[in-house]
Amino acid sequence: MFSILVKSLKTGVVTKADPFSARPPFGFPVVDFPSCTGCAECVQVCPTGALQADSSTPGRKTLSLSYALCIQCRECVEACPERAIQPGREFEVASYSREQLTQRAAFDVDGATGQATFRGMEVRPGPSLEESAATLKERIKGRLGRSLHVRQVDAGSCNGCELEIVATANPVFDLERFGIHFVASPRHADLLLVTGPVTRNMEIALRRTYEGAPEPRVVVAVGACGCSGGIFGEGTYAAIGGVDRVLPVDVYIPGCPPRPQAILNGLLVAMGVREARLKPEGPAPLPEPGRGIAE
Amino acid sequence: MSTACDVLRERLGLAAVTELRPREMAAEVQLDQLPAIADRAVASGLRLVSLFASDEGAERGFTIHHLWSGSEPATFMRLSAHVDPARPRFPSIAAKHPAANWFEREIMDYFGLVPDGHPNPKRVALHDDWPEAAWALRKAFVDGQSVPRVEGDFHPFRPVTGEGVFQVPVGPVHAGIIEPGHFRFGVAGEPVLYLQLRLFYVHKGTEKRFERLPWRHGLFLAESISGDTAVGHALAYAHAIERLLGVDVPPRAQYLRVVLLEMERLYNHVADIGAIATDVAFTVPASRAQILRERLVTIQERLFGARLLRGTVGLGGVKCDLTVGRRKELLIHLERLEGEFDDLIKLLIDSGTFTDRVDDTGVLGRQVAQDLGIVGMAARASGLDLDLRRDQPHDAYAALRFQVPVEEGGDVRARLMLRAREVEQSLLILKQALEGLPEGSVLAALPDSLPPSSSALGWAEAWRGECLHWIQTDARGQITRAKITDPSFKNWPGLAEAVPGNILPDFPVINKSFNLSYSGNDR
Repeated sequence: MFSILVKSLKTGVVTKADPFSARPPFGFPVVDFPSCTGCAECVQVCPTGALQADSSTPGRKTLSLSYALCIQCRECVEACPERAIQPGREFEVASYSREQLTQRAAFDVDGATGQATFRGMEVRPGPSLEESAATLKERIKGRLGRSLHVRQVDAGSCNGCELEIVATANPVFDLERFGIHFVASPRHADLLLVTGPVTRNMEIALRRTYEGAPEPRVVVAVGACGCSGGIFGEGTYAAIGGVDRVLPVDVYIPGCPPRPQAILNGLLVAMGVREARLKPEGPAPLPEPGRGIAE
Repeated sequence: MSTACDVLRERLGLAAVTELRPREMAAEVQLDQLPAIADRAVASGLRLVSLFASDEGAERGFTIHHLWSGSEPATFMRLSAHVDPARPRFPSIAAKHPAANWFEREIMDYFGLVPDGHPNPKRVALHDDWPEAAWALRKAFVDGQSVPRVEGDFHPFRPVTGEGVFQVPVGPVHAGIIEPGHFRFGVAGEPVLYLQLRLFYVHKGTEKRFERLPWRHGLFLAESISGDTAVGHALAYAHAIERLLGVDVPPRAQYLRVVLLEMERLYNHVADIGAIATDVAFTVPASRAQILRERLVTIQERLFGARLLRGTVGLGGVKCDLTVGRRKELLIHLERLEGEFDDLIKLLIDSGTFTDRVDDTGVLGRQVAQDLGIVGMAARASGLDLDLRRDQPHDAYAALRFQVPVEEGGDVRARLMLRAREVEQSLLILKQALEGLPEGSVLAALPDSLPPSSSALGWAEAWRGECLHWIQTDARGQITRAKITDPSFKNWPGLAEAVPGNILPDFPVINKSFNLSYSGNDR
């Protein structure tokens, strides 16, 4: 007993004061679209279809990157002959919709040479991060501002996300200091932290867990598979796909698996105490949605 | 013909044995010969490591494969027998060899082949609401469809009757942050009479998915079979692909693969030891273990680029390298870990309140473990001396000196102490691998396509036990069958044997001492 006390005193505080300060060596790939030539080598090597090219319209070409699908394998970074894809170090990526995790660039294609020239960022119309944040805040009405009870539901994960969710509660990250607490029953929960892909065999259990949670219940999808089906895909005989195929999702935390800091960030976003950010350090800022092609 | 072929041919009473590659023998036999050969295999010390089917197309029918592992001669031996599609049945060996139990029922569930003579021919993988005749791994079954749900009885669990005797249902959504599965306990007060398992909630169609993905992308799917065994499964997959291609992995990469696999073993063993302490409410060592584990995954991210070592194994080698400086950094870290880890173990076993909870709790006897075909750490904690790193060495293990610890107790304490001793050995292996790292490249160049109509076996002894990947290609060189054997699939029946006789509150710690993967089991 005495030795335990001595050891504990000697160890001191191991908790990171600011868990968001240290940058990882690799977060998500960042595409410098203006220096992209549209060769689509990256699309070939991407195992999940996070990178997609569309050249169905003559004279036009688009390249899109979705962090919802990205498993952070780095194949695109290695494959790009123009070195236009850089290993980004951003990890606090959370959003309120799948679409907010997607960037798409448009290119003009020269009919004679086949050469593609960057034209601008193309964004699908949809609510901006600010609008989504306001909607979520209105829905939870500040009720989750100080404490959050979380019920984790594994709806089909490979257990990688679970390892990192457990890590958020370890002495280093210690999420309880933010008022976040994991509970044993959905009846005690404000928020469901759901990993995927949602399997056919877990669909009913997931719906029942959701029904068991009191309003205003917030749903957070974790991981590439929870956000989009990831490497397992969507609509297969066994995997339905992203959590939003089954439940309304309020916040998406992409990554394979997301680091504990990313999960923590996503939970703070869901509480309405932190704003979602989608700012990959790169020269291609995302313009306001609804404006179509940025000139 | 090599002598190993002759030995096996004689022992198993076969007409011919082909050596496909080093440590990979194969023989074709008649379907009705399989049970007699299985008896001879067990009598001559072979161990059933996998049993699966493949669909060879509408005209050619199915093949049943029995995969055995032997140490004298040290090789895998695959027996395959043709099944006529007009008569979709095969002889069961499960009555005599319980290790085949779930394997044969899974073939029934996904291929619609009936195991004749199986003592319990019920669904194992398919849930009650699956329709009849939806056999997902048959070629005729289209992957991208949703399978309708059928109305039916709730899973028929074994009834319990008597005064004060009742059932306790747990799951699929559990109280902790763990994977889903349903446990049905029959209890008389606190003591557990029996435990029945209802798993396969996280069945993701992984084996079918391998058939759809390009083979290079399959590596990332392999990493997601069980997230805590990303390196183990990635290695097993990479080995199978490299053996198919006939590619030799550069020596430096072989050593780095050992480093990665042992780091994975370390962080999981350390985390599990902490989790065992958590489950008996001993929070100080639990927190200490969590700190050690967090430091390990942090340095993994720094040195290899990923906390859980994803994306580190490449086809043909590894996708990371260690400079002299970084090797030194890792060695210093491990040295510090060793001291702290010793303190942690001392703290646990010097505490009477802790050892009271783990001694003689959740005993899995040696004979039961052997009969069920238990593997890996759980097998070694029940006195079974098996480890593919030594018995069928892969990567650089043949060049490294290490021991395979074996504990006799079969209880929670044995599984805890086995982990502790394996951590010691891992540190020894890591020291040798890091100090003796050969110079050279880390990634071999690969041909553009896999050889057509071929197959190969890849294996790795991961932290939980052996991971086996059998990959088969079609006439165009595409993957047409990927059989993934995760250690959890073989070890779950062991948990069901270890729990009865214990009290219900001890279940969490018994379960944690096995720490089986639901995802790896369900795939």
